[in-house]
Amino acid sequence: MSIKIENISKSYNKGKVQALQNISFEVQPGELFGLIGPDGAGKTTLFRILTTLLIADSGKASVMNKDVVADYKYIRNQVGYMPGKFSLYQDLTVEENLNFFATIFGTTLEENYDLIKDIYVQIEPFKTRRAGKLSGGMKQKLALSCALIHKPEVLFLDEPTTGVDPVSRKEFWEMLKRLQQKGITILVSTPYMDEAALCDRIALIKDGKILKTNTPEQIAQDFPHALFAIRADQMYQLLSDLKAYPKTYSVYPFGEYVHFSSDDATLTGIEIIKYLTSKGHQNVVIQPIKPDIEDIFMELS
Amino acid sequence: MKRFIGFVKKEIYHILRDRRSLFILFGMPIVQILLFGFAITNEINNVKIGILDKSNDEISRQLIQKIDASPYFQIDQYLYDSNEFETTFKKGKIKAILVFEAQTAKELITKGSVKIQVLTDATEPNTANTILNYIQAIIQNFQSEINLQQTIPLQIVVESKMLYNPELKSVYLFVPGVMTIILMLVSAMMTSISIAKEKEIGTMEILLVSPLNPSQVIVGKVFPYILLSIFNAIVILLLGFFVFGMPMNGNLVLLGLESVLFILSALSLGILISTISQTQQTAMMISLMGLLLPVILLSGYIFPISSMPQPLQIMSNIVPAKWYIIILKGIMLKASGIALLWKETLILVIMTLFFLALSVKNYKIRLE
Repeated sequence: MSIKIENISKSYNKGKVQALQNISFEVQPGELFGLIGPDGAGKTTLFRILTTLLIADSGKASVMNKDVVADYKYIRNQVGYMPGKFSLYQDLTVEENLNFFATIFGTTLEENYDLIKDIYVQIEPFKTRRAGKLSGGMKQKLALSCALIHKPEVLFLDEPTTGVDPVSRKEFWEMLKRLQQKGITILVSTPYMDEAALCDRIALIKDGKILKTNTPEQIAQDFPHALFAIRADQMYQLLSDLKAYPKTYSVYPFGEYVHFSSDDATLTGIEIIKYLTSKGHQNVVIQPIKPDIEDIFMELS
Repeated sequence: MKRFIGFVKKEIYHILRDRRSLFILFGMPIVQILLFGFAITNEINNVKIGILDKSNDEISRQLIQKIDASPYFQIDQYLYDSNEFETTFKKGKIKAILVFEAQTAKELITKGSVKIQVLTDATEPNTANTILNYIQAIIQNFQSEINLQQTIPLQIVVESKMLYNPELKSVYLFVPGVMTIILMLVSAMMTSISIAKEKEIGTMEILLVSPLNPSQVIVGKVFPYILLSIFNAIVILLLGFFVFGMPMNGNLVLLGLESVLFILSALSLGILISTISQTQQTAMMISLMGLLLPVILLSGYIFPISSMPQPLQIMSNIVPAKWYIIILKGIMLKASGIALLWKETLILVIMTLFFLALSVKNYKIRLE
């Protein structure tokens, strides 16, 4: 097992803030595992426990079958870690940063060049630029290169795509897929639901608790309700009317639609349209949809 | 070793690329020593004095001439009445007035002694005191001169001699003082700030999750500052020596070794501060309040320790700078060797080890 977490709990301020409550899951070798949850869910705390930077109040965790407390030195030597906050030296150039991290891990840029080549070629034109002057996407690519420079077996990426533009985010995930093919186990956290579908397996985390752990597809299939995307001219009225509808399980705005779910699996779109036109709505568009991770989050929380 | 060199290289980039720290590291020593040397001085030169000479005879005129001839004083104004004292002092230009009563010469010859009044403006007590001392010295000198011409039986003459600093030059005081401040500033403040910076920008998190162990990180961060401090010490000594004529009577090697010892004790303090501060600003505030103020106030650099109240005298013992200043003055002015300075040296060694032990105990291998 690459990463094993058993009943981990952690609180701050002498127990006043419960960051993690009895968390357990496992990550298989070579897996791309996503930890999905909103800000403040406890993702960073969990990452810090796994990278030996914090000690859990209770529970056990191991990385590459080594205990995160007892064998912290071994883990520190082996894993690659990219913290959520951009943590490179802003006053050093791209090249100097890379060389520095290569040196402290006892390797060189040339030695592991093939591993980071895909990423590095993109930032290479800026190699004499100070890291602080790079764009958000470039910074993340540099940080990933630095985390990879010593060929880690396990890679911890804490919200690597936060604050990065959509194009760079897409590129970043393509890189992760390629790294996975090279046999690296990756644990990545993100607040973006659309990125969940790109992982092999995901754990949904909220308020320090794991809501669900499975493949994104399986989690979607397990969605117990009928789900529709609905829109009409009067969106605000639509939302309150649907809330008043007796067959409603949940309803919430979702982009230019509202997502509507019902306990009644036999409920059809026509039935809903009938109800809505009776309420005086015009131009009602309705379509049954498959749940995505965001719907599941709304459902679970 | 390769890691160490890589780390030091990185640290040097940081120092060279931050203009502000560069100024503190290199500009500060030069600015401070020139400032203290030229501007802030308690020596007196060309002090303007006034004269009220009611006798206007041979003795008074000779004495006035003698005072005027000295580089310290300049006769600015002759007064004619004691009513003028108030207004003259209030104008602030004249710092002292010399009053000769009528028939000074006659009284001196008939009675063998005469009184001369010296009024000083004591709004600046130190200056007033110095002026008084200088005038007294000139008068005494004059007295012995006229005594040579006449034969007055048996007189006890006090011949005082200021050892090690006969001219009471303030440069002898401030070169060791500035050196102490600069070494403290560079070693303790700059290192504590630079370690706190790693915590603040989050790179400490990455350094912790790396094969480097904490002592390697600390040594790597501290090493460039040791070199810088030594460089600064040399610059200050050279400036003191060539620009201000600071004597260098003792053993240079001993001076160097003692300075390295003091640098190490300051660095260990800096490391200690960095273990308790999470941001650069905290590190700087603690360094300024906790280190720089005691160095200036309690080290005996500006205010003599022996004239402090008892509690402060006791407190001054825990200030490493106090011991270093004693060592510096001992070596530079008195040519003292280790035989005389072993006590101070030992105290510094113990302090350094104590601070280091405390830092190691305080150092966190994790984030909390």
